[in-house]
Amino acid sequence: MPGVMTAVAPLLSVEGLRVEFPMRDATLVAVDGVSFSIAPGEVLGVVGESGAGKSVTGSAIIGLIDPPGRIAAGRIMLGDRRIDDLPPEDLRRVRGREIGAVFQDPLTSLNPLYTIGRQLTETIMTHLDLSPRAARQRALDLLTEVGIPAPKRRIDQYPHQFSGGMRQRVVIALALAANPRLIIADEPTTALDVSIQAQIITLLKRLCREHGTAVMLITHDMGVIAETADRVAVMYAGRIAEIGPVADVIHRPAHPYTRGLMGSIPSIAADRETLAQIDGTMPRLHAIPRGCAFHPRCPHVFERCRKERPELMPVGATHAACWLHAH
Amino acid sequence: MQPDAQPLVELDNVARYFDVSPPWLNRVLERQRRQVLKAVDGVSFSIAKGETLGLVGESGCGKSTVARLIVGLYRPTRGEIRFAGRRIDATGPDPTVRRAMQMIFQDPYASLNPRWRVADIVAEPIRAHELAKSARDINARVGALLEQVGLARADGAKYPHQFSGGQRQRISIARALATQPAFLICDEPTSALDVSVQAQVLNLMRRLQHELGLSYLFISHNLAVVHHVADRVGVMYLGRIVELAPVKRLFASPQHPYTRMLLAAVPDLTLTGKPRTAVGGEVPNPLEPPRGCAFHPRCPYAEERCRREVPRLKHVAGEPVVTVACHAVEEGRLAQEAFKAA
Repeated sequence: MPGVMTAVAPLLSVEGLRVEFPMRDATLVAVDGVSFSIAPGEVLGVVGESGAGKSVTGSAIIGLIDPPGRIAAGRIMLGDRRIDDLPPEDLRRVRGREIGAVFQDPLTSLNPLYTIGRQLTETIMTHLDLSPRAARQRALDLLTEVGIPAPKRRIDQYPHQFSGGMRQRVVIALALAANPRLIIADEPTTALDVSIQAQIITLLKRLCREHGTAVMLITHDMGVIAETADRVAVMYAGRIAEIGPVADVIHRPAHPYTRGLMGSIPSIAADRETLAQIDGTMPRLHAIPRGCAFHPRCPHVFERCRKERPELMPVGATHAACWLHAH
Repeated sequence: MQPDAQPLVELDNVARYFDVSPPWLNRVLERQRRQVLKAVDGVSFSIAKGETLGLVGESGCGKSTVARLIVGLYRPTRGEIRFAGRRIDATGPDPTVRRAMQMIFQDPYASLNPRWRVADIVAEPIRAHELAKSARDINARVGALLEQVGLARADGAKYPHQFSGGQRQRISIARALATQPAFLICDEPTSALDVSVQAQVLNLMRRLQHELGLSYLFISHNLAVVHHVADRVGVMYLGRIVELAPVKRLFASPQHPYTRMLLAAVPDLTLTGKPRTAVGGEVPNPLEPPRGCAFHPRCPYAEERCRREVPRLKHVAGEPVVTVACHAVEEGRLAQEAFKAA
């Protein structure tokens, strides 16, 4: 599938990923047949509404799916190395060293009992062969780089002494500690006020440009994606509905779900009496419709949509999983 | 829109302080001072019949405290609140005013009793205010309300957990409409919802406003949502309104430096590539607000006067509908072309 994948040799490639959560009387499929790749230095946005499977996809890549959840099919490659079937100890080394993570709530990512300096040096020394002194120096450099004022004083403070925006900067410093090649950022700005959000996004973009780090940016906020991502994948009910360059997906969406989603976002630039609305809600995981998962809500539904599941197919510059575009 | 024609709700210099001092023993032993949090510090605005006033600002700016002051969950420390010309700040809960204003909360999971059937949730205000006598009348009214918000009559027999977030917010709206109010206070009503569901709820609220002539106070941190729903917008910063203007004016030519900063920070879908002026700094600790204009430490136009004197909300020269609390705007120090609106 060209286009779904990157042009150059990808840093990360996910192929046919399926994540299942066995329940007492059924198996929930949170992610089903998801394939995409990220090039070195690229920002891939992943959008979708709650329950679309975006966070589960991110967790699968860093090997943080909680049992009994499991990767049931597919493979995840980092460079030319397969990482989804690594033993836990090896995976732990990949996580942090090669893949950094930034989560929504900075407070839960930091240990409240340790100073941020201790948390940073510990992470640095776990992954890099540095003396305690050199590790502390690197921690100071990282804090300076993420824009924390007076790092020499702040390094010995505890997380509660930082504001929300400053904490998220610390978390980004932690994610960058071992100079990873990929950062998975799951709703990194959702808990922050809009002015702080702008600062964090600017920071992430700058750091990735300077270090050549690739980012998988998971968010429900299309505005953040529009400003940050190179390509975007739109997820619906555990599948990718559409994937392509960000400008094309936003301005020329091919999938009816993407179109509905774009129309439903209130914009400062446009004056609209009513917002486009997609009636109904996303199906629950135990009752995903046959065929195309979006068909009960789709204004263009026809017979084939109810029976056969569409794969991603090229439409203009993007790829959409929609029978409207089958030839 | 003539906001001053017949205001339904008026706030006149309303303030609410909270005493957050440490306990007496700590104050004596550790020589800690009394501390007063000025959550809302002199807010004035009015809302006309059928109008939507949007209130925006970042966390901790006092938006929700304003909402709670109006419904009477807090008593103001000073100032007057009037509803349809009558003072309500001192009288406390008065049944007729209670009935005429209702509130919709952010979290549709927390604001509905999980043990009650939807029909009972919606019927509660009807029973409490004795708006219908017989069980048949109540049932008929509940059924009509559920249909009005786009649910089915049969949904009344279900429990809240059987509904999605958007449907629960519809139940909250049906409950709020049960007393036939004239005024709804909506505190982040769509912030917990996904965008496609948010669009459904916003469209519903707009339709109900047209049908029933409702006035809204719409509180949100999301500027795009406020732009979509509001007629006029008040921007709050650290307990004060810094700018109050009709929605088109505010978004087309924001005056106050804080409003400009907020608008510049909003990520938009247009991909105009406009440079994001990420203004540094954060909202200061409200326990120790800066002297003078509270925004001066982050303001690129701050001068000596801003550090000394609190600016008052004043009409902008030649602009009868726009009020701004900024010395720089008042003195004409801010070039209009410095900011090109999106």
